[in-house]
Amino acid sequence: MILQLKNITKRYPGVVALNNVSLDIVEGEVHALVGENGAGKSTLIKSCTGAVVPSEGTVSIQGQEFSALNPKLSEELGLAVIYQEFNLVDELSVAENIFLGRAIRKSGMMIDKKAMAEKAAAIFEQFDIDIDPNALVGSLTVGYQQLVEIAKAVSQNAQILIMDEPSAPLTAAEAESLYVMVEKLKAKGVTIVYISHRMEEIFRLSDRITVLRDGQKIETLNTSDTNLDDLVKLMVGRELKETYPARNHQISEEVLLEVDNVSGNGVHDISLQIRKGEVLGLAGLIGAGRTELAELLFGVKQKIAGRVVLHGKEVNPKLPKEAIAEGIALVPEDRKKQGALLEVDIKGNISMAILERISKFFTVNKKEERRIAEDYQKSMRIKTPNLEQKIKNLSGGNQQKAIIAKWLATEPTLVIFDEPTRGIDVGAKSEIYTLVNSLVESGKAVLMISSEMEEVMGMSDRIIVLQEGRISGELERKDFDQETIMGFAAQG
Amino acid sequence: MKNTDSTKTVGSVAASIGKTFGIYIVLLVLMVFFSIASENFLDSHNLLNVARQVSMMGIAAVGFSFVLLLGGIDLSIGSLITLVNIVTAWLMVNAGWNPVLAVLISLLLSAGIGFFNGWIIANLQMPPIIVTLAMMIIIEGVAYLICGGLPIYGFAKSFAVIGQGYIGPVPIPVIIMAIVMGLGMFILRKTYFGRYFYAVGGNEEAAELSGINVKRVKYLVYTLSGFFAGVAGIVMLSRTNSGQVIAGKNFEFLVLTACVLGGVSVSGGSGKISNVLGGVLVLGVLSNGLVLLDVGDYAQKVIRGSVLLIAVALDCLQHRKKA
Repeated sequence: MILQLKNITKRYPGVVALNNVSLDIVEGEVHALVGENGAGKSTLIKSCTGAVVPSEGTVSIQGQEFSALNPKLSEELGLAVIYQEFNLVDELSVAENIFLGRAIRKSGMMIDKKAMAEKAAAIFEQFDIDIDPNALVGSLTVGYQQLVEIAKAVSQNAQILIMDEPSAPLTAAEAESLYVMVEKLKAKGVTIVYISHRMEEIFRLSDRITVLRDGQKIETLNTSDTNLDDLVKLMVGRELKETYPARNHQISEEVLLEVDNVSGNGVHDISLQIRKGEVLGLAGLIGAGRTELAELLFGVKQKIAGRVVLHGKEVNPKLPKEAIAEGIALVPEDRKKQGALLEVDIKGNISMAILERISKFFTVNKKEERRIAEDYQKSMRIKTPNLEQKIKNLSGGNQQKAIIAKWLATEPTLVIFDEPTRGIDVGAKSEIYTLVNSLVESGKAVLMISSEMEEVMGMSDRIIVLQEGRISGELERKDFDQETIMGFAAQG
Repeated sequence: MKNTDSTKTVGSVAASIGKTFGIYIVLLVLMVFFSIASENFLDSHNLLNVARQVSMMGIAAVGFSFVLLLGGIDLSIGSLITLVNIVTAWLMVNAGWNPVLAVLISLLLSAGIGFFNGWIIANLQMPPIIVTLAMMIIIEGVAYLICGGLPIYGFAKSFAVIGQGYIGPVPIPVIIMAIVMGLGMFILRKTYFGRYFYAVGGNEEAAELSGINVKRVKYLVYTLSGFFAGVAGIVMLSRTNSGQVIAGKNFEFLVLTACVLGGVSVSGGSGKISNVLGGVLVLGVLSNGLVLLDVGDYAQKVIRGSVLLIAVALDCLQHRKKA
């Protein structure tokens, strides 16, 4: 047993984050940790590293038992964590980052850059990774930066590697090289604790899976003995309906949005139509121009050519404010940076886009504000003790629901979702899908950008694929096929 | 087990009281201290005097708080006070204008300069600290140009009412401060654009995407900052009865200190006028008490600076704990 947690309990004022959790990690295995947001995964990792000292219980690393650990000590014992936010310095080279704080010296103060670059290159070679050790970290893509972070842990002789949602920021191709790296690390005998919301990769990589829910360990399973449905059931504690709930309504013939030869903001000559009651999926690689197109429609950026017609009327929003007035809503891709006002309460977040409408003589009608916020809290099942909580205290899924509520409150006719379920748990995901269905069933139109292939195929009536700012393909639902879509996305 | 839980609750209650009333607890401690140290402190005449002394700071602090909420800063308010002093005095004395008209024109001028600050900041996307620093220097120069550095005096008697008059026992400047602060609270708590100040200061991109016209919010906030500085300038002119080029010297830093003491975050997005009032009063009580104790001007500076440093340090520590 290389890593062992015994009866770990962690209490915060008013909350029990972990409740009597015991966990054994066997040397050389890939152990997946799954659970909804707020299940206690982060607290569990922090207990392993010593960043959090448990209220009760002990942690053993390589046979040494601790009731109070600290990050430096756990690192010395061979435990390393790859967090979602990297600890890399953009302005330094790859090799300098790998040996940061442990620079190889020639004599006295002089740093031996050559030796560091050679050692770094040797590590990359072990894993068949093609990274120039002398490149600046800031010039690498997120995927490569992550591989550098892992190489750094390897160079420190990490025996246990904890990875916290490593694939979340990666493109499909980058994720693939991550999986290969994980498999190679495992082959070298490194023990890996792998946290993820993506079920496919958990089944592909892990030997065993531990499910956490509400701060408690539900079960540890052998990956080969379980399947997706059972796992999801254990995670959410209730049976979920189909992953992508079916829609039973007729898409109207009436065109709601028509885009004619629009160019600008990195997209070229885009023409498309969305009908009332239709979900149009926008697929493509990161940087293909999907978000950029959404920005044009929503007035964040200005088009340089072409026409946008909504409800038969040409629109030309110069600001999001004007787009909202035309009945367009955009649920942006980055929840924390673009969606939420973290220091503002939930009620204030929900009402933010309609404040002027519910004001008289500049004064906000607080009764009306509360009524609307309560309505959406109920209908969208936003889990919170009260609406005066700051939104930053909510879990990711509930934050996203509150942000969607903000947009629904504007009573839009076209809703653009940009990566609506990124980083949120299965339960909240399914609720968001149901919500998208109810939007189109009530005659609204939805434009859905998603990098998750299954999601875009599961939810769309039609898919348009973008590639380098241009439309490279269009598919009707009956023709949906992962390989075809990838072909359109990557061709050229 | 039970014991630790109850001490924890007591601790967290104390912490939340400290957070809500922190600056007023400091104020209370200061007042108790000065009451014991000096027999002249706790005297209604003296306390009203303190209130009158801080009223200009309090008036300007409302606009300044708005600017800080937005994540900006307005270094030009001290010079604006000087300019309003000189222009109003010049119009009344040299041009022979009616005081009411002179005051209105000066307020319009100060609001206009504030708007100009906001326009540059929003449209050229220059850092507020640079824009308002440049404006501070320009305005001060203009004030010197108008009066040649000499004081202007000899106003109509009626003009002195604003700064020196009383309604009942309450000095009129204190009443003006109360009205301005009330207006500030109303804007922040009740109006939609007050909410926008917090939104833009907290997360400009999210605010813009939520349909807020961020540029217009910036124009409004800097205009209000200029306007309230103008009001403070008029009160000051009426109190001193002469227009002077040093009238508003370093006033911006005094007001900044008061706002920060009152818990307005310099990085934007959080703060309350009710606590800013606390910050203003702490500074007033401190300087009044120190004078009563015969502490010299120089030593007062040391103490005021230290208070600012400690207040911000406590705020930062609290933030670090949360993270």
